[in-house]
Amino acid sequence: MTATTAPIAHGDGHAHGGGHHHTSLGLDNRKIAIWTFIGSECMLFASLISTYLIYKGRSPNGPFPHEPWTNPSTGEVMKPILDIPVTSASTFVLLMSSVAMVMALNAVQTKYEPKVTTWDKIKGSSKLWLAATALLGTIFLMFQAYEFTSFVHEGLTIRTNLFGSSFFTLTGFHGAHVTVGVLWLLTLLAIDFKRGLEPKDALLVDISALYWHFVDVVWIVIFPLIYLIK
Amino acid sequence: MATHSDAHAHGEHEHATVATYGKIALVLTIITICEVSAYYIPAWETSSIYVPSMLSMSALKFFLVVAYYMHLKYDHKLFKALFSGPFAVASLTLIGLLFLFSKLVIRLGLLT
Repeated sequence: MTATTAPIAHGDGHAHGGGHHHTSLGLDNRKIAIWTFIGSECMLFASLISTYLIYKGRSPNGPFPHEPWTNPSTGEVMKPILDIPVTSASTFVLLMSSVAMVMALNAVQTKYEPKVTTWDKIKGSSKLWLAATALLGTIFLMFQAYEFTSFVHEGLTIRTNLFGSSFFTLTGFHGAHVTVGVLWLLTLLAIDFKRGLEPKDALLVDISALYWHFVDVVWIVIFPLIYLIK
Repeated sequence: MATHSDAHAHGEHEHATVATYGKIALVLTIITICEVSAYYIPAWETSSIYVPSMLSMSALKFFLVVAYYMHLKYDHKLFKALFSGPFAVASLTLIGLLFLFSKLVIRLGLLT
């Protein structure tokens, strides 16, 4: 595939971030790049999930995710380490962040459409939806930080057993992706405050939205496999 | 609004409406509630349909987000191929490894 890389300048003569770089198919090469990246990320997370599932139930010593375990230093019987209610709440938060993200993209794409009602104005505020997405992503990360901290306090670290190693590696990689996504969203929000995101910038928001939704779908897979299936 | 072919020519695409996004959000929420509820219902959690039902609900949520929120349903077939190709390879690799090494397939009743 041959890519023509000369950017098409916009009406004001600037090749903004939204400047198009079309391939011979007429598709923007940045969008092809993000889908290729997402495809490669599928393989990364498949390998991490496989590793977790292969090691599942093979730890000789606790803490265990779903079964009670005996603390070797105190002899105390401890409850299973996973906190389903907390993780369910964080899952809901991440799902809602995806909703906020599509609303942000929609707001940028329809910026110049007339806004009559209050709902139209709310719906059309890209700043509001981008900020909401970043906030919800940050809340998810805070849930994860709480979970990791409580696990360490209960005696589970990345070095404790097979469960700890595979769990922290998988969820840690996912958390790192969420962190990158939040930083990306904050960058877009800063651009929106500085000069305003317009329909010609929709591709910039679309690409970040694709990344954000991918992070969400990875969690959609991880949540039942780790937390709900014993 | 640009025609479908015009939209493709510019690397853009038709989108679902805000109302559709809302309906998808509602469905995702309901499925998540079902998933978590199933975990707390002993009769369901210990039954042979538990794992398949969890995997099915997860797959449905995955499909809805990818098709509607990532707009892959409306997007160019190259993007569909760029996602579904590696996803198929990743899924088959995962399933193969599970059959080789994991206890999950035993719980699914696929191996004894």
